[in-house]
Amino acid sequence: MGLRLAKWSSKAVPEAVIELNQVSKRYGSGATAIEALSGLNLSVPRGCLYGLLGPNGAGKTTCLRILSTLLEPDSGAVRVGGLDALAQPRQVRELLGYVAQDVAIDKILSGRELLQLQGDLYHLNRAERDRRIEELSEVLGMDVWLDRRCGTYSGGMRRRLDLASGLLHRPAVLVLDEPTVGLDIESRAAIWRVLAQLRDQGTTVLLSSHYLEEVDALADELAIIDGGRVIAAGTPQVLKAALGGDRVTLRVREFSDEPEALRVQLLLQACAGVRQVVVNRSQGFSLNLVVEHDGVVEQLRQQLKQADLPVFALAQSKPSLDDVYLQATGRTLMDAELAIAGQRDPKAERKQAMR
Amino acid sequence: MTTTSAPATPTLAPAPGAPASAPRSALSELSQETLALTRRLFLQLARRPSTLVAGVLQPLIWLVLFGALFAKAPEGLLPEGMSYGRFLGAGVIVFTAFSGALNAGLPVMFDREFGFLNRLLVAPLRSRSSIVMASVLYITSLSLVQSLAIIATAALLGYGWPGGAGLLLVLVILLLLVFAVTAMSLGLAFALPGHIELIAVIFVANLPLLFASTALAPISFMPTWLGWLAALNPLTFAIEPIRAVYAGHFSLGEVVLVAPYGSLTGAACLGVLAVLALGLFLLIRPLLDRKLT
Ligand SMILES: Nc1ncnc2c1ncn2[C@@H]1O[C@H](COP(=O)(O)OP(=O)(O)OP(=O)(O)O)[C@@H](O)[C@H]1O
Ligand SMILES: [Mg+2]
Repeated sequence: MGLRLAKWSSKAVPEAVIELNQVSKRYGSGATAIEALSGLNLSVPRGCLYGLLGPNGAGKTTCLRILSTLLEPDSGAVRVGGLDALAQPRQVRELLGYVAQDVAIDKILSGRELLQLQGDLYHLNRAERDRRIEELSEVLGMDVWLDRRCGTYSGGMRRRLDLASGLLHRPAVLVLDEPTVGLDIESRAAIWRVLAQLRDQGTTVLLSSHYLEEVDALADELAIIDGGRVIAAGTPQVLKAALGGDRVTLRVREFSDEPEALRVQLLLQACAGVRQVVVNRSQGFSLNLVVEHDGVVEQLRQQLKQADLPVFALAQSKPSLDDVYLQATGRTLMDAELAIAGQRDPKAERKQAMR
Repeated sequence: MTTTSAPATPTLAPAPGAPASAPRSALSELSQETLALTRRLFLQLARRPSTLVAGVLQPLIWLVLFGALFAKAPEGLLPEGMSYGRFLGAGVIVFTAFSGALNAGLPVMFDREFGFLNRLLVAPLRSRSSIVMASVLYITSLSLVQSLAIIATAALLGYGWPGGAGLLLVLVILLLLVFAVTAMSLGLAFALPGHIELIAVIFVANLPLLFASTALAPISFMPTWLGWLAALNPLTFAIEPIRAVYAGHFSLGEVVLVAPYGSLTGAACLGVLAVLALGLFLLIRPLLDRKLT
């Protein structure tokens, strides 16, 4: 693998290790077809910890399955490490570690036996394979239970075993599909630590998630994906900064009524340096607004005073990724999740995905 | 939950400049992946031995019960004055190998259904036929072991012993049959939608194929229509040569099967089995190619 890494750097360097270009994929056919990806573009620089953020059903898994060569796109180009994944899938598989969203393990084998099998499928020689298993067992804290049968493992243990099997052959690119979903805080932190460490040692890591905080805290760069296409991409700082301004939440009284809220809204809209004033009905008619700089807040206080309005609470914050998402899609990530909930049929999807 | 130790630990990522393993020949990689997959199947078997036990018990029961049922059949009823137990032995040996091989597709079907197959498909396998090869290796050795157990038991019951050279011949015949049936079962495992359907097919195929063969009675006992079925049944092409081996007069040129459509020599029977095995593998190949790429 190191060999190949060296090869890329000597070439006229394709800086992006992962490149998806206008990738489209639909499931099924006819009237019931679902367009999972529609012209998705993604470019992940080498050595980057990259987050793919999107609500349920956004197309994250589809995108990662295409990358891992499990699925062929209907159209578009897929390149990994400078290789065409559609033309040279085997070489791409050698380069990639893939940790799927739902772990399929063989309950009757022990974790160690599963890793040995995995090592043989990646053609490690026996000594290297066993040394590597010991190494990962230590790093991921698996030594106590690695010789127990997989059927007895908890969710966190399975996830770590799967991470280990993705890392066994020292892949240059690690792809993980929602690696921390449903885990306790401690296991989650353990996995984050490993991912950050991998990135520091030069591995390119691409993970999907629908946790804003996770991506915000962990990722060097991210893409927000919604409805099968990327709607924003960049570093978290740049994306947030691009929104500009600070977020302010204002309540004039603990419990306002609508007429008063609307009156305040009008007043605020008239102020210079204020953009976008929204009355939040579900939060007791509080007001959400964007201000261009700190000075504006002082002016606001003056204005309110002159109009004889009290200020019960005023909170100011930098824009979050949620704001980025809101700006790009017109809804919050939470709303998007709620909208899709109950619309999917996991059983049918599993059947569809069966080979 | 244990926490991971401090990150003064070994490196996780590729060591720059050093390839993980020296490049190896395609053949050695192919055998590594195939053997690893076969090993998994045997580990499963060792930890869930019930299939092995049932696979031996069922034919044993046939052998003991059916043998006893006709123990007092009038002498001279069967060709060459053979005892029924001796007659039955060949049938049960073939049936054992057959029903073992019929199950070949089940583990593959479960891997498809539970997504374990995907784990294999993201790995850089030299050839994805390793997955199929592993099943063939596993089921072949398993059904040969089961058949040997039955051969030994039949000998203990006084139903005869084929002798050293004869045993080799019996094993060759069983191998051909097992290949053919395994191919069919693997084909079904990729063609059918789920394990319920596969089990149904296995269940439905099993007994009729046994009864419509010469395992339990010679063709001369059967009404014409059943005789025809038995004479076309692949099991018969395995049973009759083995029976001849047990009777101690097998030679390739000798007629072993008198069918309504004519008489077949031992060589012809072997040829039919070989063609069947080859044909079935060629038949399922496009299906496997489609499902595995
Ligand atoms: N095998 C399948 N058959 C049919 N439709 C599918 C299949 N897999 C996914 N879909 C549909 O394609 C769309 C994208 O699904 P995908 O699994 O890629 O989303 P996701 O972002 O991974 O979602 P989640 O966060 O729930 O894992 C969804 O509308 C989903 O219902
Ligand atoms: Mg998903």
